[in-house]
Amino acid sequence: MAEAPLTLAVPRGALFGETLDILDAAGVDTSELRGDSRSLIFETSGMTLVTMRPSDVPTYVESGAADVGITGKDVLLEQGDRVVYELLDLGFGRCRMVLAAQTGDDRLGEAQRRLGMMRIATKYPRIAEEYFESTGRQVELIEVKGSVELAPLVGLGDGIVDLVATGRTLEENELEVREEILECTARFVANRVAHKLRAAEIDELTAKLREASSR
Amino acid sequence: MIHPIPPGTRDVLPDEMRELRRLKAALIEVFEDRGYGEVATPSIEYDETMARADGPDRSSYRFFDEAGELLTLRSDMTVPIARLVATRFAKAEPPFRFSYLAGGYRAVRPQRGQMREFVQAGVELIGASAEEGTVEVIEVLEAALDAAGLGRAVIGLGDADLYRQLLEEMGVEEESRDAILSSLATHDLVALEQGLLAAGIGAEQAQTCVQLTQLRGGREVLEQARGLGGAAVERAATQLSETYEELERRGAADRVQIDLGLLRELGYYSGAIIEVYDPAVGHVLGGGGRYDGLMKQFGLDFSAAGFALYLDRVHTAQMEEARRG
Repeated sequence: MAEAPLTLAVPRGALFGETLDILDAAGVDTSELRGDSRSLIFETSGMTLVTMRPSDVPTYVESGAADVGITGKDVLLEQGDRVVYELLDLGFGRCRMVLAAQTGDDRLGEAQRRLGMMRIATKYPRIAEEYFESTGRQVELIEVKGSVELAPLVGLGDGIVDLVATGRTLEENELEVREEILECTARFVANRVAHKLRAAEIDELTAKLREASSR
Repeated sequence: MIHPIPPGTRDVLPDEMRELRRLKAALIEVFEDRGYGEVATPSIEYDETMARADGPDRSSYRFFDEAGELLTLRSDMTVPIARLVATRFAKAEPPFRFSYLAGGYRAVRPQRGQMREFVQAGVELIGASAEEGTVEVIEVLEAALDAAGLGRAVIGLGDADLYRQLLEEMGVEEESRDAILSSLATHDLVALEQGLLAAGIGAEQAQTCVQLTQLRGGREVLEQARGLGGAAVERAATQLSETYEELERRGAADRVQIDLGLLRELGYYSGAIIEVYDPAVGHVLGGGGRYDGLMKQFGLDFSAAGFALYLDRVHTAQMEEARRG
């Protein structure tokens, strides 16, 4: 099928650098993306690379605006109802989803014991909800968009559910990990229709990425 | 003064309505030409009737009427037509061929571009032999796609029982199977592999299962599948190959893609399953397959097959294809 080139959604932000590295290793030229160009779309090695926020990747891939994409498992879980095929664990961008609270402070435990209910601030309400439900605890979830570390420090909630990589941000804000919820890595995803109709191209790219990620 | 409508519903204005009417007329003509008479059934059914399909469907709208009866807004036409055949044609000589152009209703998550009310065009063939039934339904589907101007559309052909049987063969415990099948249905290969490993399946066998889901294409994928081994794979490959050969004999296999990774969300399918794609649209246009088990739920020992196309998506694809010229 003489189609337009395969479109790949590239996440900007924390996963950006390693995404470019693995694409290079898989034979996709990413030099143009490494410059300080403000473009969002790049034509390279017979592919179209589109850059976006990681949390937008499932949206673009589900609708078919991008055929394939790379994003974090945290994003895929939080948008679990989006229909995208998850083809590969790329292994990089490893971080943990945790329940954290103020260091040495027992407000979280006290809320649980005395009120039978914790107030939790998070950017990941669905993951948090599922976690507390599956562990049989009742919580009041408060969704925030920005730095969630701020919330318990000023009394918005007893604890937070957030993603940590090194744990330094938590430490600097005098927060500590109380429970680990799950581990997240970058995933390679595909649009359902593209996966069927552009099988050869997608299989080839998947194989190259698999090889690059296991190196 | 703005008067909003519920999300997931929409108005249709005259220009679009004219195009939709032409599309509907073209589809119904194909169906009627092939002996599939159009039927209509009520939008509301007793919940008990719709629930025969697969237990209570959590995404359907249910409510009590003034007499306290639990009613359901139909979520598709396959179940109402099965009900109709069981009630009115139980003693008649099969096969029965019916077509429909009808609205269905499903609860959806908001802001996803999904519709709570949608129109489907489709056919049901009830009481023909299994093999012939599948082939005939695919031929009607191809004619319908042609009539809609979707010359590039592709029909995926898979087997609904493959993975349930494969997991049984691999010795996966009953309680782990549903979770594994659900990662298969959403095509989450990472979770699939993790699930298999957690269920005590060896790494090599788990890899085989993952590879199997990636086999899609022409006849060659059946050989590749057989190479991966196992009785369940052998059975599915044999059945798919028989269907595919019959399609080839009738010159209807060109746009059929054999797909061992296909698994439809609807629980009532058994045997052959189909899905429809068009390169111009990122969403599946429709699907179907065999549902002998559903007929049994209505007390009939018939083989049955059918498909449904989402009219709006077919229309979108039609516009995109026309734009390409």
